[in-house]
Amino acid sequence: MTPLGWLGLAFVIGGIFFTTVAVIGVIRLPDLYTRAHAAGTADTLGTILTLVGVAIVGTETVPRLKVVLLVVFMLLTNPTAVHAIARAAYDQGIEPWTTEGNEG
Amino acid sequence: MTAGTSGAFLIAAGVLVLLAVILLYRVVRGPTMQDRVIAVNVLGTNTVVVIALIASALGQPGYLDIALVYALLNFLMSIAISKFTVERGGVI
Repeated sequence: MTPLGWLGLAFVIGGIFFTTVAVIGVIRLPDLYTRAHAAGTADTLGTILTLVGVAIVGTETVPRLKVVLLVVFMLLTNPTAVHAIARAAYDQGIEPWTTEGNEG
Repeated sequence: MTAGTSGAFLIAAGVLVLLAVILLYRVVRGPTMQDRVIAVNVLGTNTVVVIALIASALGQPGYLDIALVYALLNFLMSIAISKFTVERGGVI
C-alpha cells in the first residue's frame, strides 16, 4: 500500500471511531436534546473524516471533486437538520432533562 | 487503488452497516417522534458514507451521484418532518 493509502485509511478509521461515539450517544443519552447534541457534532465529524479519507485514497477510481462536494454538503446540512428537529421539539413543549428528581 | 485498500474500505462499510442496525433500537424505542427522526437522520448519514466507501472500493464513480441524491433527500426529510410537527412554520 502506498503512503497515501495509509493516510486515507487512518482518516477512515478515525471517522468510524467518531461515528461509533455518535451512535453510542444516540442510544445511551437520557434526553432528546443530548441525543441531538451527539447526532449534530460527533456524527458530522465522523462523516467528514471518512469522506476525506475516501477523497484521499480514491484518486483514480472516483472523482475527487464530487467527494469534496459531498463533504461541504454534509458540513452544511447535518447540523442544520438536527437544529431544526430540536427546535421543533422545543416548540412542541418537550421539557429538557435535568438532574432534579433523577439523582436519587 | 490497491487491493488492500479496497478490502479495508469494504470492512469499514460493514462496520458502518452494523452501527446502523444498532441505531434501529432508538428508532423503534424512542419515546417521542423527534427521537426517531434524529435516529433516522444519523442512519441516513451513515448510509451516505457507506455508499461513498463502496463506490471507492469497487471503482464505480457513478455511485457517488446516488450518495449525493441520498444526502439531499435525507436533509429534506428532516426539515419536512420538523416543519410538520409544529403547527405553524418558522422552524429554521
